[in-house]
Amino acid sequence: MPEAPTDRHHDDGHPNGRPNGRPGGRPAPRGGEIKYVAKNMRLDLRLIAEMIPSGATVLDIGCGDGALLAHLTAEKGADARGIEIDMAQATQAVAAGLAVIQGDADHDLAFYPDGAFDYVVLSRTLQAVERPREVLRQMLRIGRHAVVSFPNFGHWLLRWQLLSKGRMPVTETWHREWYETPNIHPCTIRDFFDLCRLDGYEVVRWLAVDDRGMRAPWTRAPRLANLFGEQALFLLRRG
Amino acid sequence: MSAPVAPFPQVDHQRAVFADGLALDCGMAIAPLAVAYRTYGQLNAARSNAVLVCHALTGDQYVAEPHPLTGKPGWWESIVGPGKPLDTDRYFLVCANVLGGCMGSTGPQEEMTDAAGRGLGRPWGTDFPNITIRDMVRAQKRLVEHLGIGRLLAVVGGSMGGMQALEWAATFPDAVFAAAPIATAAYHSAQNIAFHEVGRAAIHSDPAWRGGRYWEEGRVPAQGLSVARMVAHITYLSEQALTRKFGRRLRGAPTLTFLEDVFEVESYLRHQGSTFVRRFDANSYLTITRAMDYFDLAAEHDGDLAAAFRGTATRFFIASFSSDWLFPTAESRAIVRALNAAAANVSFVEITSDKGHDAFLLDEPDFHRALGGFLAGCADRLGV
Repeated sequence: MPEAPTDRHHDDGHPNGRPNGRPGGRPAPRGGEIKYVAKNMRLDLRLIAEMIPSGATVLDIGCGDGALLAHLTAEKGADARGIEIDMAQATQAVAAGLAVIQGDADHDLAFYPDGAFDYVVLSRTLQAVERPREVLRQMLRIGRHAVVSFPNFGHWLLRWQLLSKGRMPVTETWHREWYETPNIHPCTIRDFFDLCRLDGYEVVRWLAVDDRGMRAPWTRAPRLANLFGEQALFLLRRG
Repeated sequence: MSAPVAPFPQVDHQRAVFADGLALDCGMAIAPLAVAYRTYGQLNAARSNAVLVCHALTGDQYVAEPHPLTGKPGWWESIVGPGKPLDTDRYFLVCANVLGGCMGSTGPQEEMTDAAGRGLGRPWGTDFPNITIRDMVRAQKRLVEHLGIGRLLAVVGGSMGGMQALEWAATFPDAVFAAAPIATAAYHSAQNIAFHEVGRAAIHSDPAWRGGRYWEEGRVPAQGLSVARMVAHITYLSEQALTRKFGRRLRGAPTLTFLEDVFEVESYLRHQGSTFVRRFDANSYLTITRAMDYFDLAAEHDGDLAAAFRGTATRFFIASFSSDWLFPTAESRAIVRALNAAAANVSFVEITSDKGHDAFLLDEPDFHRALGGFLAGCADRLGV
């Protein structure tokens, strides 16, 4: 089985949640350093941040060391909270004064009340949870909107590798062998559209992006996006 | 049976005395109410930097200074002091001896009073009313008001101190900006009650206890109290910690002789027991363990723990330790989930440690970093 984005997985992942935290173990921001972090925040997190209005209540599932939470708190006055499966990252985020709990998407979402948040974020983690459909259902139960990003398994390079070699693709994005990857539920952009239709979620916005999080130009053509987009980013609303 | 042990000497404690007393959960009232306390650091002009530290079962108000009876360093000096997580350069720290304690607050050892508050010339002893964690918190609230503090920046405590932190947040939500219940639970489990009962049975079975009236003879039930402490001490440590500290080593001998062999761990427990009786009152031990056993925060809210926190604006920091089997992580996680259900602002970490329940008192850098960062974040938000 292939592997998700390289920048996420600098060591062994966990089987039922975000395999690891944000790149490089960069300390989460404190006080006056906020701007430094915002400027250097991973690009896909900046795209997510752009989707979230000022003053929103936000839950970031798989928040890593809390870079997005710190940004949303400092720059948008958000009430931002996080869940992180990796204890070292959760401790780092808490030590930075962020409201982060150690926990995971599969087991902890059920305890939040309906409509507790304006936005619930799950970035580059959907493919690694035990029950993606249930996690999405929970996200749109506890949040009015869900922001979901995932690596696109429909990308042409993966298709080509499978077709030409007859083996599980191994790319920069999907770089672990099938027998040790934590990414147990990969999907394509078209698969994700189908699930949204099946469960009645409205796709408010969507983007296909390259591996560094730069916007790709296929927003009007899902089939092309599914072929050329390495990452997908969706903003959903309960239908 | 060892030689009779006299009560520990009485020393002067800093106290606030409230003539009107305190109404208790059991329906009785105690007047006057004395609360012994210590403070560290300076209260700022806005009175917004006060942090209340709540001590555990056998702790006291001497958090960060030598103990007046034992001369040992304060019980939380690893955390409290200039530049430390509970930074006395930034925060004004208050710690009170709990109601029912034996370091100067109203408790079994203090003079019994009648309904009109008149002294009866004898200690309360076992006539001291049954108290609850909430009674302890109400007594602390009186002290905090007496010190001119309307809202605490934080209430911090481990073990029974964590129960108090939870109770503070549930009972006086507007008076607590942040709460840090550590290595604790929202109720005392059957297993924990069972261990307490063994300790109480040891005290009761000491002939020197004399039905709680040992004070009449000027001696204390040292044997029973010491056994209670030994049992409790086992629950504070993990199997790994005991193995690491003592293993199967013998005291003063390389191998078993089958004569007078003493394992190091036995010697350690005896030492713990014998030193404890020189600073703690047996009737206080009975009273406070009972208060812990009564504690069930959900039961105070019709069985729904989340209801205890609904609508709260208090920020929570929950921490547990991986090898703590007295207050295991699952108990902390249950609190976190109830707080999530109440849409509260909560941080939670489980610290990896092999030191058992005692870890919250010891040098655990991750824990110190997380607690310090949480408090600093709260203080930043309040402009402290």
